[in-house]
Amino acid sequence: MKVAEELLNPKLEGWNRPALADPGDEGELLEVAMGPHHPSTHGVFRMDVALDGERVVRLRPVFGYLHRNHEKIAEGISYLASMPYTDRLDYICPITNNWAYALAVEKLTGQEVPERAEYLRVILGELTRFQNHASSIGFLTQEMGALGTPLMYAFREREKILDLFEELTGARMMVNYMRFGGCRVDASAAWLDRTRKVVAGLAGFVDEFERLLATNEILMARTQGVGVLRADLAINAGVTGPMLRASGVNYDIRKVDGYGIYNRFNFRVPLGDHGDVYDRFMIRLLEMRESIVILQQALKEIPGGPVMSSTAKIRGFRPKPGEAYGRIEAPKGELGFYLISNGGPNPYRYRVRPPSLINLTILEDMCLGHDVADVVLIFGSVDIVLGEVDR
Amino acid sequence: MKTVEEIKSAIEAVLPGAGVEIVSNLSPSGQHSLRLKPECALAVAKFLRDDAELKLDYLSNATGVDWPESLEAVYHLYSVEKKHGPVILRMKTANRTDQVELPSLTPIWRSAEFQEREIFDLYGIVFTGHPDLRRLLMWEGFKDHPMRRDYREPDDFEYEPTAHDEVLKRSTEHQAAVAGQPGSEAGA
Repeated sequence: MKVAEELLNPKLEGWNRPALADPGDEGELLEVAMGPHHPSTHGVFRMDVALDGERVVRLRPVFGYLHRNHEKIAEGISYLASMPYTDRLDYICPITNNWAYALAVEKLTGQEVPERAEYLRVILGELTRFQNHASSIGFLTQEMGALGTPLMYAFREREKILDLFEELTGARMMVNYMRFGGCRVDASAAWLDRTRKVVAGLAGFVDEFERLLATNEILMARTQGVGVLRADLAINAGVTGPMLRASGVNYDIRKVDGYGIYNRFNFRVPLGDHGDVYDRFMIRLLEMRESIVILQQALKEIPGGPVMSSTAKIRGFRPKPGEAYGRIEAPKGELGFYLISNGGPNPYRYRVRPPSLINLTILEDMCLGHDVADVVLIFGSVDIVLGEVDR
Repeated sequence: MKTVEEIKSAIEAVLPGAGVEIVSNLSPSGQHSLRLKPECALAVAKFLRDDAELKLDYLSNATGVDWPESLEAVYHLYSVEKKHGPVILRMKTANRTDQVELPSLTPIWRSAEFQEREIFDLYGIVFTGHPDLRRLLMWEGFKDHPMRRDYREPDDFEYEPTAHDEVLKRSTEHQAAVAGQPGSEAGA
């Protein structure tokens, strides 16, 4: 078969490279290593930036400082034993990591999840999304120079949600809550009441947060028109989650796949217009409101019954040879788990599709031509956790 | 959403001789995949992305698998526009040692850029046509591919030669010289 000429000499399509100004005879490029120990990098991450004056002309992300080969470890242990490890991927949102992994194993083994467990998953998942978005906005404003105040407002709410997690699962962050075919423990009526109380207070917090930030002059000046990402480019680069929707692409896996019981709830998918940092901030704020809407419906409708299917295979099972890819809409984007079984008690292949890493593919293109101070903001608006980037 | 058989015949209608093979999946997930011949993979991938009915414009996941005889790259495709998927593509290398080249799909889907770098890093598949094929997670100068099943980790990653032996030698010589001097207890 003849291969077309353009395929042999591929040119990457849609790269967002502005024409570089010729530095001329005067001066030279300044290379700055931002990180691995830099307060804005959310962990250990490095960006090698080349600057022409203040302007970014090249940016190379450097990964691997937190690499512990989670996938290799998981191939040596049983399916269940990886569950607590998934908490440590995106440690801000352990519940959704548990969920994505449980979903992939349930697909691999063909298990059903009882009604009540599905509701609990949605309730905990949306609480996770809420606190992730709140903290993410807090971090973003922190990086803009609003030292402390909005972040502490966000953490005040996050604390209430983490208290609920602790009461139900025994841990604030390393929850290890979900099992294949259900959830580990049932929620008491008192816990559900307390959750209803907390959820009733969340709308007030979002209003307060929006009043504080959305029309703030400094925030608008720093974020509008900064780090613009075109929709077609975002899709091609595999960007998912709030970042994709801020570019105006209507793609929310909760709607598309309707995994779990998401197709029972009425909620909207907020979309952005410009795809800049401000839109990403605003989309997160709006998604927090939609999470509250889902939470209210789920807390109203939650049925009784078991939280674990009676035929659930939890430990010591050997899935038939085959493979499965399960994905969910995690707060940061599409979190997927790809499992191959060869009939043994351990997965033959265990792969995490990390939204944090793949959303960074396009980081350089968004930063080129901007000032070095904006790099911090653009990077912050991607919303990553290094535990998941490096795995 | 078309079935894998329909996708296979759609590919072969446009690209005769593409040699697409269906790999069936016996698990309850029922996610069957298509194995591509590496030399035709780029053309097939371009067709899958641009075909009006399939429009697989979004490459979600790219990963490697280490099989006893060969290395494999697996790609999960979805369509953002048509909201369907996944369509799974696989490519196998000829062996695990010296013929480990596969064509890069980064020119078609940019989201493969970091993921193919990761596969190169951890499995050692060399993607031809990748714009920037470097290690992603392990450091420069690292020699092996840690996700391969025959990988054995060294005892000490952080071994760096120190002056230990040299200092010991000098110390021994000094002790011997001191021992030879009159009035020294060590020599007695």
